[in-house]
Amino acid sequence: MSFINYSSREINCKIVYYGPGLCGKTTNLQYIYSKTNPEAKGKMISLETGTERTLLFDFLPISLGEIRGFKTRFHLFTVPGQVFYDASRKLILKGVDGVVFVADSQVERLDANIESLESLENNLREHGEDLEKIPFVIQYNKRDLPTAVDLSYLEEVFNPRGVQSFEAVAPTGQGVFDTLKAVAKQVLVELKRGDRHRAP
Amino acid sequence: MNTQTALFEEDSKRLTELCLKLQQESYAKAVFLLDKDGQLLSSVGEVEEIDTTSLASLTAGNIAATGGLAKLLGEREFPVQVHEGEVESIHISLVGERLILVILFDNRSSLGLIRLKLKHSYPELLQVSHEIFNKPPEEVRSVFSQISDDDIDDFFSFD
Ligand SMILES: Nc1nc2c(ncn2[C@@H]2O[C@H](COP(=O)(O)OP(=O)(O)OP(=O)(O)O)[C@@H](O)[C@H]2O)c(=O)[nH]1
Ligand SMILES: [Mg+2]
Repeated sequence: MSFINYSSREINCKIVYYGPGLCGKTTNLQYIYSKTNPEAKGKMISLETGTERTLLFDFLPISLGEIRGFKTRFHLFTVPGQVFYDASRKLILKGVDGVVFVADSQVERLDANIESLESLENNLREHGEDLEKIPFVIQYNKRDLPTAVDLSYLEEVFNPRGVQSFEAVAPTGQGVFDTLKAVAKQVLVELKRGDRHRAP
Repeated sequence: MNTQTALFEEDSKRLTELCLKLQQESYAKAVFLLDKDGQLLSSVGEVEEIDTTSLASLTAGNIAATGGLAKLLGEREFPVQVHEGEVESIHISLVGERLILVILFDNRSSLGLIRLKLKHSYPELLQVSHEIFNKPPEEVRSVFSQISDDDIDDFFSFD
């Protein structure tokens, strides 16, 4: 649910990072936070458990610049990846404009990725959304680990539609901004196209 | 999908006037109006030292979570929440289906006074919120339609 404020001349869009537990969603936001100019970012909020697992969400507002005199902000959210937090994940997806699916490249996390992607589809459907119709990119994270599966195999399993995808090592930032820019761009293009634009 | 909220100058002004009236009459420290997605529509009072974006997103998350709880228990929603601190307190209430009103207050006011003044302001807030969210589509002239592909490409050429 994008938001246009004609009074303060702001456009706000919501992007959600989704994926299995420990795949690196929070790390993506932390990296973005650490590399963004102070004036372009708000505070990063992390609602986490005592052991640094996301409990409800991470939230990071960033502004990338102006379009036609409108300050354009992206509200980045992560969901909690642990399986039993599905109800929370569904809440966070409400009103989403674009989704990044962060997959964990390690062979032992293949099934966790599959399960998470299925839950993404289901939770979106419950909000009346369709993963095939919203801005969507895939990030294969943890490419640095020795048990990382071949990219071609991951693409075959997770990306039959051939959406934009990126290899990443979130703690070093590899692929992090490419992923963000790709999804943000898709969101703007979709908003511009506006063919599904309805009154609020 | 991609429902879009647009807040126009004149509506923004009306909302801010209503919030200001409520804030002054109830002796509240600050009043915020946001939508359930955490977008801030209006903020008045002593707001300089408050990170309003964080406040809005945390409040929306809180309302979403309590809304989920309510459903679980067979309630439609919990329309009011109050958190009383030692110095500052916070009153959170729903305005219709889409908006959340947050009132911050301290010992210059009281819960009873907040409730009373809110009761007086509520009908008009509800009315304006209804008008904002039920604008006929042709009135919601989107800025996006004026954005060109070049604008978007320029936007992403920043590094
Ligand atoms: N080696 C390596 N470690 C990573 C990578 N990305 C994240 N990690 C580590 O994996 C752990 C979990 O990362 P988080 O970002 O907290 O994972 P998350 O997806 O937010 O997990 P939940 O909040 O439980 O859903 C941390 O210790 C990160 O440092 C990566 O690309 N390579
Ligand atoms: Mg996390």
